[in-house]
Amino acid sequence: MSEVTEKGRWVSRSMQWVDDRIPITATFKQHASEYYAPKNFNVWYAMGALALVVLVIQVLTGIWLTMAYVPTGEGAFASVEYIMRDVDFGYLIRYMHSTGASAFFVVVYLHMFRGFAYGSYRKPRELLWLIGMAIYLVLMAEGFFGYLLPWGNMSYWGAQVIVSLIGAIPYFGPELMEWVRGDFVMSGITLNRFFALHVVALPLMLVGLVFLHIVALHHVGSSNPDGIEIKAKKDENGVPLDGIPFHPYYSTKDFVAIVVFLILFCAVVFYAPEMGGYFIEKPNFEEANPLKTPEHIAPVWYYTPFYAMLRAATFPFLGIDAKFWGLIIMAGAILIPAALPWLDRSKVKSMRYKGWFSKIALMNFVACFLVLGYLGTIPPSPIATATAQIMTIVYFAYFILMPWYTTIEQTKPEPERVSH
Amino acid sequence: MSEDTLNTNRRYLLLATTGVAAVGVVGATIPFVQSWQPSARARALGAPIKVNIGKLKPGEILGPLPAWRGQPIFIVNRTPAAIEILENELANLADPDSIESVQPEYTENPYRSRRPEIGVYLGLCTHLGCSPKYYGAVQPEDFESDWKGGFFCPCHGSKFDLAGRVERNLPAPTNLTVPPHYYESDEVLVIGLDGQSA
Amino acid sequence: MSEPILSMTRAVAIGLLTIGIGTHTLAADSDWIMQSMSPDLDDIPSLQRGANLYVNFCLGCHSLEHQRYERTADDLGEIPHELMVANVIHTGQKIGEHIQTAMSKEDAKGWFGAAPPDLTMVTRVRSPEWVYNFLLTFYEDSSRPLGVNNKVFPNVAMPHAMLSLQGIQEEVCIGNRPIDLLDVQTALEQDRVESIKEGGVENCGELSLIPGSGMFSVEEYEQAAFDIANFLHYVGDPTRAEREALGKYVIGFLLVLLVLAYFLNRNYWTDVKKN
Repeated sequence: MSEVTEKGRWVSRSMQWVDDRIPITATFKQHASEYYAPKNFNVWYAMGALALVVLVIQVLTGIWLTMAYVPTGEGAFASVEYIMRDVDFGYLIRYMHSTGASAFFVVVYLHMFRGFAYGSYRKPRELLWLIGMAIYLVLMAEGFFGYLLPWGNMSYWGAQVIVSLIGAIPYFGPELMEWVRGDFVMSGITLNRFFALHVVALPLMLVGLVFLHIVALHHVGSSNPDGIEIKAKKDENGVPLDGIPFHPYYSTKDFVAIVVFLILFCAVVFYAPEMGGYFIEKPNFEEANPLKTPEHIAPVWYYTPFYAMLRAATFPFLGIDAKFWGLIIMAGAILIPAALPWLDRSKVKSMRYKGWFSKIALMNFVACFLVLGYLGTIPPSPIATATAQIMTIVYFAYFILMPWYTTIEQTKPEPERVSH
Repeated sequence: MSEDTLNTNRRYLLLATTGVAAVGVVGATIPFVQSWQPSARARALGAPIKVNIGKLKPGEILGPLPAWRGQPIFIVNRTPAAIEILENELANLADPDSIESVQPEYTENPYRSRRPEIGVYLGLCTHLGCSPKYYGAVQPEDFESDWKGGFFCPCHGSKFDLAGRVERNLPAPTNLTVPPHYYESDEVLVIGLDGQSA
Repeated sequence: MSEPILSMTRAVAIGLLTIGIGTHTLAADSDWIMQSMSPDLDDIPSLQRGANLYVNFCLGCHSLEHQRYERTADDLGEIPHELMVANVIHTGQKIGEHIQTAMSKEDAKGWFGAAPPDLTMVTRVRSPEWVYNFLLTFYEDSSRPLGVNNKVFPNVAMPHAMLSLQGIQEEVCIGNRPIDLLDVQTALEQDRVESIKEGGVENCGELSLIPGSGMFSVEEYEQAAFDIANFLHYVGDPTRAEREALGKYVIGFLLVLLVLAYFLNRNYWTDVKKN
């Protein structure tokens, strides 16, 4: 017995020594054991934790891939096959990274949908939302630059198409395009700089932004499916009445979600790494060939909704040609969710208490996003293009009409305390 | 469920989950650790090599080329006089019987080789891995006035005789390593395999 | 092989052979209806035969530049390395090296107009089925420089490497065939059958083999084509078997962890439920 207390004292004294010099215990309390999260989280609130898990997977496997990858036009393609065949477990590391890229977007899109549905972007979480949007943009760039690196034929032509978009910018577009490529075509030089951005610059930004995202979240506190502020009602100790410590209650809950996620993730990695050509396309098993375009170029699935909108611009308007309109529409579509905190004028935050207009608008928006995503994967045809044009209008209407339909609709009263 | 059972269960569940998760984390590191092993390419490049020693005259050396596994190999052809020195000049050696040194069983003899005249050694000093230089002749050298022929490492001054045996009181702890080798024919030497000599 | 294809093969063995019917997949570059083929990585003898055929009939021109002999030997039933060196490696290469062709790329360009492509990942770029049908559908075509053409890869710039095995195929009009041959209906795509039935409309472009022109019987040749396609399927993704075996353990482990995590979470949350 005395031995135990002796040992206990030694541990607490060492911890005290550390805490006097760096606030480990205080930080853990602030962000875990005494960070009070609403007790009514549902499964949608696990996506943030999952995104963090994917980030770790991507960083780790990414570091390991660079150990054997050769970032040159001559060596890149063969070095990927070298990783797949010659490096012990190289295939596993590579498939984890390629699957991780898609998994990242799956959880991020679900995470964003949670925000749409429960009004997570509303006051006081506007900056939290904007930081999240910045993360999304960096993630898209990260995916784009990374996609060129295997130097397969789809990598090559996909990047060629997207870089050519820059050429649509009036006046200095063509020069800018050459500057980005560092050559007159996509070449080893382009590959090299994309590599630098993909493995150093953007990951640094991403990690920094994720840190800010969490700092901002823990400052304002988590939102919840009821869209009410738990900080409004506190007990005598200043603890929100509807709050529970993140650790251990949500750490264990998120852990369950993480294991479920890992099972699905592994199912893809081990049994369907190409995912029927959606995660790794067939033409990418052929080395980049500047003289041979694959029959049908489509970007990876997570860009296809925006790609469909880009292609939907087929006619000049207001003296601006169709190509540039495509670029404007695409950029607008990606950026417009950033305006949500100011577009949503509803008295309530959560979809649970919003009116029918908002509910139908959101369902409509999700359907439209999925249809656009599908259209972006198929070759253009008159019907597909017409559908994409209508869907593009629906997409923007969701945002532009929001100030109107959120104010005129009948909302339900929010509860005093969270429903649990 | 009583408070006590709840807490006991919690402790056991926490222990079991943490334990299994820890096993998982260790398991997950295996591919990452294993991927640092020499790859199939490295193993292919490190495949056994064949060397024709037909033109190697007594007193000469073939090396530091050819390389086996990217490492320099010394192949020396010793004169009868040099062989005699190897048999008799043992006083100065740190490990004359090669007890501490690395060599295949079939080279545990005064010449540290399959044939007394031909020696095959890994050309890397056992101190810190520099490649020693060949000074085959019996003549005074800058580093030793009474030189009997052998190898001298320019990095830290270790000296080896023509059987790769290191002199005592020098930085290198053991004799030069003998790689596995055998003679496919009279003139063809295979380095990297222990096979039967013809 | 599936029953319809077998019965079909028997039916046409009388004189004429129809190839290319069975399932409804169209070849990517032509409207040829491809015969189905599902590779079987557990069929080690097939993979070994495929490797042997590949080395003898394909490797003259087409390298497998990302695949090593050593791994091939180890994966295909642990073939002893000496045996591999003696019987399979004809280029004087070492066992650890990539499977290269002896022909230089420049020479090849001169002979065929383009260097023959590397085939390490042909089954991933196209499909095992495509390779199988490609090997089955060479036919005589005097309009082509090399005298042959291919149904799934029209105007392909290569000779029929296995002509001596398969024999010579010609294009025929199926409408001219004796009516009993149309028993193969089950295997034909339905609307094509209909079009043939309705007054024997001209339906040209099917292939028939000149009997006795090849060393192999129809079945033997189909098996050879299957073996090569199967082997290339393995070469395209040589770690597949290892990966799928490992996956069972990883997912099994995670399921155990899931059960524990679930009960741990439920235990903790009884605290919250009480309040």
